[in-house]
Amino acid sequence: MDYALILEKLILIVVILAVTLVIALYLTFGERKIAAYFQDRLGPNRVGPLGLLQPFADGGKLLFKEEIIPKTAEKWLFIIGPATAMVVATITSAVIPWGTSIEIFGRNVSLQVADVDIGVLYVMGIVSIGVYGIMIGGWASNNKYSLYGAIRASAQMISYELSMGLALIAVVMMSGTLSLREMVEQQHGLNWNIWYQPLGFLLFFVCALAECNRAPFDLAECETELIGGYHAEYSSMKLGFYLFSEYINMFVSSAVMASVYLGGYNFPGMDAIANPTVLSLLQVAVMFAKIFFFVFVFMWIRWTLPRFRYDQLMRLGWKSLIPLAIINMVVTGAVMLLNQ
Amino acid sequence: MLDLLNLRTNMSTPESYIPILLQMGVAVGFVVLTLSISHLLGPSRKTAKKEDNFECGIEIKGDARFPVSVKYFLSAILFVLFDVEVIFFYPYAVNFKSMGWDGFMAVLAFVSIFLMGFLYVWKRGALEWEK
Repeated sequence: MDYALILEKLILIVVILAVTLVIALYLTFGERKIAAYFQDRLGPNRVGPLGLLQPFADGGKLLFKEEIIPKTAEKWLFIIGPATAMVVATITSAVIPWGTSIEIFGRNVSLQVADVDIGVLYVMGIVSIGVYGIMIGGWASNNKYSLYGAIRASAQMISYELSMGLALIAVVMMSGTLSLREMVEQQHGLNWNIWYQPLGFLLFFVCALAECNRAPFDLAECETELIGGYHAEYSSMKLGFYLFSEYINMFVSSAVMASVYLGGYNFPGMDAIANPTVLSLLQVAVMFAKIFFFVFVFMWIRWTLPRFRYDQLMRLGWKSLIPLAIINMVVTGAVMLLNQ
Repeated sequence: MLDLLNLRTNMSTPESYIPILLQMGVAVGFVVLTLSISHLLGPSRKTAKKEDNFECGIEIKGDARFPVSVKYFLSAILFVLFDVEVIFFYPYAVNFKSMGWDGFMAVLAFVSIFLMGFLYVWKRGALEWEK
């Protein structure tokens, strides 16, 4: 790997990180606006035109707030918790193909940070580490509410990770690869995996909601029982990291769903566009349109459905999703072999 | 098994993982920098009350180092058990098309073992949360 390529990757990484952070900031704004719309209110509209500077005001406020670390807390773990949550949220995007490639200054720049052939496994692995951010933070706070929030979140995330892994197997069987790039390439035009794997997609979507701790699976921060859940003791930017990581996770899991099931940057009629630069830009736009569609559905669900009870949540995860995912896998295999 | 591995023509080399390491470095750098800036910018006026644990109107008794329901640990153990089995499906799924019916039958046997274990913990009540 030569230095020019490393520099190119570094620039791409910084651009993606910046875009991710700005999008996460605006998702908090979007969430409040959408909630306001659903509840027939106006939502934030005072800071800047149409309230558009609100997320920067919020972020700045978090940055300038006093850090409070309770004296009974484990100081270093208390800091490592939110740091882990944020790092994990920002590194998943490394294997997502945002587009094919684009010509910049005569160089053909691939719009994917790392094209590794275990992309899907990498995503699953990083998702598993996500539990640590919440568990370490909740345990280190040394507060009963935080501990309960953290334990609930951990048990929920690991339970849904199982069905998530099982749901993905059917897609991997169809595409015969674990590389996200190859998977997206195979869904050229409108040949998307969702048409062949509707049940698998539904299972994956439900699990993604649970992995992101989003409603109706947001028991970790169930305010009526647990005050704020695992981040009850947090203040300043450490609280900010927990909040932002939730929105970044939403954005990245939407990107994974768009790549695996909705054809990523593919769209019908893409072969008719001759100019490669226009095509690349359109592909990136289509990818982001799919991502924002999923993010909107996440928010829509949050402001529509009530929260599950904990035993209902675990029953759904273990007794419904896992058997369904196994049936989906076996049926997919049998149908594919019969059609061969 | 070897010729199955050779079917994959575009194996990534160790070098393809360098960008992932770079991204991890950038992410850690960003987090450390932001936390330090916020530490320096924020005021620091500590009082005894501020550093107490959060409570909700009732004085705190003891700390959060107490035993919690064993159900959570049971879920964690079952997760480890089943997740290892799920990972075994992945190499098969990648090579699914080349293995045909023979491979499918072998995996059905594996799935039935998986299901036997799953039904066992189900019937033993390990998945019940109401009791």
